[in-house]
Order: sequence, then C-alpha cells, then structure tokens
Amino acid sequence: MLSQITAITGLNLKSIPERWASSLVIVVGLAGVVAVFTALLAMAVGFESTLKANGRTDAAIILRGGSDTELNSGLSRDTATLIKQAPGIRKGADGLPMASSEVIVIAELVRKGDTTNGANITVRGVQPEAFALRPQLKIVEGRAFKPGLRELIVGRGVTRQFQGAALGQTLRMRGSDWKVVGVFESGDSHDSELWADAEVAQTTFGRGGFSSLLVQLDGDSAFQTLKDALKADPRMSVDVQREQDYYSAQTKQFRQQIGVLAGFVTLVMALGAIFAALNTMYAAVAARGKEIATLRAIGFGGLPVLASVMIESMVLSLIGGVLGAVIAYVLFNNFSVSTLGQNFTQVVFAFKVTPGLVITGLVIALVIGFFGGLLPAWRATRMPVTTALRTA
Amino acid sequence: MTKTGFVFANLFRKKTRTTLTLLSIIVAFLLFGLLQSLNHIFNAGPDFLGATRLITQARVSFTQPIPLSMLPKLESTPGVERATHSQWFGGVWQENTQLFVFAVDPQRQHEVYPEWIMPDAQWKAFEQTRTGMIAGRNLANQYGWKIGQKIPISSNIYPQKSNGSKAWAFDLVGIYDGKDQDFQKRTITVFINHEYFDEANQFSHGRTNFYALKLKPGADAGQVARTVDAMFENSPDETKTMTEKDFNIGFAKQIGDIGMIVRWILFAVFFTLLLVVGNTMAQSVRERIPELAVLKTLGFRDSTVLGFVLAEAGALCFIGGVIGMGLATLLGAFLERASGGQFNIALSPPVWGMGLLAIVLMSIAVGLLPALRAQRLKIVDALAGR
Repeated sequence: MLSQITAITGLNLKSIPERWASSLVIVVGLAGVVAVFTALLAMAVGFESTLKANGRTDAAIILRGGSDTELNSGLSRDTATLIKQAPGIRKGADGLPMASSEVIVIAELVRKGDTTNGANITVRGVQPEAFALRPQLKIVEGRAFKPGLRELIVGRGVTRQFQGAALGQTLRMRGSDWKVVGVFESGDSHDSELWADAEVAQTTFGRGGFSSLLVQLDGDSAFQTLKDALKADPRMSVDVQREQDYYSAQTKQFRQQIGVLAGFVTLVMALGAIFAALNTMYAAVAARGKEIATLRAIGFGGLPVLASVMIESMVLSLIGGVLGAVIAYVLFNNFSVSTLGQNFTQVVFAFKVTPGLVITGLVIALVIGFFGGLLPAWRATRMPVTTALRTA
Repeated sequence: MTKTGFVFANLFRKKTRTTLTLLSIIVAFLLFGLLQSLNHIFNAGPDFLGATRLITQARVSFTQPIPLSMLPKLESTPGVERATHSQWFGGVWQENTQLFVFAVDPQRQHEVYPEWIMPDAQWKAFEQTRTGMIAGRNLANQYGWKIGQKIPISSNIYPQKSNGSKAWAFDLVGIYDGKDQDFQKRTITVFINHEYFDEANQFSHGRTNFYALKLKPGADAGQVARTVDAMFENSPDETKTMTEKDFNIGFAKQIGDIGMIVRWILFAVFFTLLLVVGNTMAQSVRERIPELAVLKTLGFRDSTVLGFVLAEAGALCFIGGVIGMGLATLLGAFLERASGGQFNIALSPPVWGMGLLAIVLMSIAVGLLPALRAQRLKIVDALAGR
C-alpha cells in the first residue's frame, strides 16, 4: 500500500513541471492568503510587543480615580507630593523616593509625506527620576534636556515617522519655541513621545498639576501596601496599577480589531483559494484520467490514487504558503507604522513576523490544500476504469 | 444560435470549472467592495460636508483647551456669520461604552449646525434646562432613551464640583434627526449644556476644545482661516483653523495608514484572482483549438473569433463581479446597521464605480492573451493538431 502511494505520488509530483501553469495557480493563491494573514497579524503582534515592553511589574502607575488613561487623568501638586511619601515606594541612594510625577500634553506633528493634517504626539514632562525608572531608555544622539530650559528629547519612532522633530530643529508649541537637543531609543511606546522637563511643560501649557505618577515598588508586597495606603487616604481618590497591567490593558482593543479584520479577510481569501485549488486539481485529474485508469487496471488501489492527488494538492499549497510567508517577511518585518493609542496619541510600532505566525500560516495553507484536493481526489478514485480508458 | 447564446453555451460546457471560477471572482469582488469602502472612508472622509464651516482649535492640539473669551473676537472676524463652541466631555455609558458627548451652547449649536433637525419646543427646552441634554435618534434608539428620562452618563475626565464624583446625570429634553439620510446615520452624538457643565465641574472653567465658525455666503474660507490664526499668533493660545472637512480627514488619519494596508491586501487578492481566471481562460481556449479552427473554416472572421473569447472572459468577470459587489453591498449595509451606524462601511456609488472599472480591466487582462491566440490561429495547423 505505502509503496503504491509513494510510486503514484512520485509520478504526480515529477510531472508537475509539465503542468506548471495550472499548478502555479495553487501556489500563487496560497501565497496570497498566507502573506495577507501573516502581515495583518504581524501588525497586531508588533503593536502588542511595543506596549508590553513598557511593562514592568516592579513599577506602579498612579492616575486619578476613574480615568483609564494618562491623558484623562489629573493630580494636583499637593496630591502628587502626598503620594510620593506613601509606603511601598523604594528610596533611592539619596534617600528620596524613586518616583516621577509626569504631565502629559499633546502636540501635533505632521506625518512624513503628508502636508496638512497633524497627528497627535504625546509630550511627556518628566522629573529627573523618570530616567532611573526607565533604564531601557537610552539617549543615542545629542544630550538630555537641561532642567528649566525649553528643550526636548524625541523618541526614535517620532523622528522616523514625523517631520519637524529631528535633532537641532525647533518646535513651536503654545507660542514658545522648543529646541530638540537629543534623540532617544527605548524599544517601547516611549519611542513615540517627546520628553521635556516637567516644570517647564507645566508653565508653558498652563497646567498646575500632573497627569500621572510612576513609582518604583520596594519589594514584592509593596504594591499592595501602596495601594492600601493610598486607598485609605481621604485626601485623594486615585487608581494604582502595575505598569505592566496598565499597558497590556491598552492593547486589548487593538488586538481585537485586528483579529477580527484578519480573521474575516483570511476566511474570504481562503474560500477563494479553495475554489482555485479545486479548479486546478479537477483539471489535473481530468487530464490524467487515462493514466489513472491504467494504474487502476494494472492493480493499483483506490486509496493510493486518492492519497496521491491529495498529497500533490497539499505539497503545492505548502510551497505557496512558504512563498507567502517569505513575501510577508521580506516586505513587512520591522516595517514601521503608527496608529492611535489609548492616550489619543500616536504609537509608533513595527510589524513583527514571528515563527508562531508563520507556522499558523503554513497550517492554514495545508488545510486549504487538503480541502482543495479532497473532492478531485474522490472523483479520481470513483472514475469507472473502463469508461476512463475508452474516452479522451 | 445567436452570438450571445454561443458565448454562454461555451461558458457552461464545463460546468464545474465555470462555477468554481465564478465563485473565485465573486469572493474577490466581495473583498474588493468592502475593503475599498473602508479605504474610501479613511482617504476621502465624509465628503458631503461642505467647506461652509471652519473649525478653530489650539494650534498645539485640539486636546489643549482654549479660552471661551475668544468667542466675540471670532464672531467679529469679517466673513464669519456665527460661531459656536464644543467641549469634549469624555462621556461613558454604563460600564465602558464610550459616547460622543460635547458641551455646547444650545442656541449657537442650533444656528451653526442646521443639519440637526428637532422641533422648536425641544430646542427651547434644551436652552432652558440647565441639566438638559439632547441625543441623536440612532443613539437614543440604540439605548432605548425616551424624552423626560434622566440619563446617567459618566465622564472619564471631569469630576463634579459638588461631590467629586464622575457619575453625572442629564435630563433628556430632545432627540434630533439628520436633515437627510447621510446625516441621519450620524445622529450618534449627545450634546449637553456648556453653561451648566462649566459651573458644575471641578476644574475646567471658561474653556472649550474647539470652535465651529459658520461663514457668510461667499466668504473666502482660506482668507478667514488665515485672519483668525493671525489674530492669536504669539499668544499662549495660538490657533489652527481649517475647514470642517480637513478636520474630519485629519481625525480619520490619526488611526494610521490603513489605506496602505488595504491597498496591499487588494493587490494580493487581485493578483491571485488574475492568475486563476487567466489560467481558466487559457485552458478553455487550448481545449477548443480544433473547434475554433472549424469556426474559421466556416467563414467566421479572425476578429469575430477574438470577440467570442473576449466576450466569454468579460461575461465571467461581469457576472462574478456584479454578484460579488452585490454581496458586499448587502454585507456592508448589515455591518453598518449592526454597529449602530458608527462603522460607516455601506458601499457608496464611487466604490461601485471603482468595482465596475476593475471588472472591465480584469476582463481585458485575462481575456486578451487567449483571445489573441485564437485570432492568430492558422486553420491548417490547428486542424492537424500541431
């Protein structure tokens, strides 16, 4: 049995070059499906991993009660000072709490290649501790801003996607000029931000208080200690979240939207690809009707014939799938785009074509190949030998 | 047998093949219709909005509030007939459903946005009820709101001054409609009384997010925009003024370059499709070479034979394309209704236009090579099977 399957399958596969034009239909069809599937999900994965990179479990972010994003939050100067004195926050070498009160405002920058419409960019006013709290952030060009001056450092993602914020350029915000003195990289969503001194940002934008506080937690139980302490304090109403939880909550909606889009498009394209595969395999079976009948006549069983047609269809599909994955990888891996994040500002991220995605894509290709081959294979085995030998 | 009959008879000589090819085309155009429609929203924006209104926002971003004291200055700008202001409330319905809620001046809103239709008594009630709100018809229907009810809406930004709570409640005093079908779809916004909001919230006083300026007939929008922006230049509250259309496009563009991704998908789909249908046509011509030779022997001209093959490709693409676009139209309308009108994906005439263009281009692309082959066929060679 097995030897029969191998024999016929070998025969089929070796004859593919003679029928390359129609076999190409399966390959190209499947390449299309897998490329689209992989690219769409690579976008979702890229977005998620960018926001996840922010997430530390040993840091907590504090917002005003009931505001789910930094943009909607607001804490008065007094509240911010009170929070810093709460238990559970680690003290630095200088004996001061490791915490950064930050103020978020939004500026508009124009996307490269666009002329009129601005996109929202986060401007984050930070205190000096902010850098220690985010060790992943490195200044790669220029220098840090000087406290008290209208100077900015910009994330790598911003310089890549938007105009007017390169090193040495001047940005105009609220009637004042800001000089870009440095470029930083952090590998997370801060790459999409502009950073400035908190005090200067507050005065320029007319903000008395802060938007959020980021604090370093002191040990495992510190989160609960801090949360309880702040909750018990009647002078404030705030939400305390681990930094990781805050950012992963933000990816949920995007993940769902892309998931639905990818699912729908892949399903519809897969249907189209199955029709194409059916067409090709029916033609292949019809063209070899006599050949198959001859094999049957000299004693080959129905199952080997069935298996050979299905294997051919699946091999072609797999080739198509690999081609599609390669196309998606070459065109889209590390392809940088930006979209609106939860703070109503742009998050710059890159597509990530992961091995997991590629494998899923190939499995989809095999499934399509299986169904595309099934009916034609069935027809091939059901063909009465005598009729098939006589016709054509 | 007529020529048309002949084309169809040929088309259905291999029923399985034709059906499968037809199905591939239908699927491709279904995707084409929906994606193109999505693309259209992102690139063109709602194009029924005229340039009759300008939007003035803070230059740095519309999230930065600007003072209400600008209003008289804006209204006295030459070319401006009336101005109104809107402030984003950050409305949340029940647990986590974001609502479009703006704090406005009722009377000004009524004058500057004539597309929202509501009985005069309700406009009056909106002006006179401090805690009043009005809602669009679609939104009210979606949540079953009735006039006279007190609607609990939370804000994710503004606590109340009285008790520090972000849970607000407003009296529904009116439900507005759109002036036509396009606007009716957009009746999903809630308006509340700015005067009340300004007093009752904890920290935003005398500010708004943006102004809408209704222009006098014949006023030059570009000129007015420049005048307004020049007026506030070098102040802490520099402005950016643009047409409502540009404002809306900018809003959609924030979501990112969806258009680019959609174009890539379409490219992949069409390339695949072209190959499938092209291959089928080539196959069917190959099989019929002796027949075509017989036709020529009988005296059919080369051009007629070319016409037969092209017509077959055209018929296949046209039938499949129209069915596919039809399905996309149904599905789009369904999705739009299911999302309560927020996901505006129903197929518009321009999308249909692009679909028809794609059908024509595809027919030529897949039919031309086999058709030329049929035309150039030498009778002797073909009959001899060479």
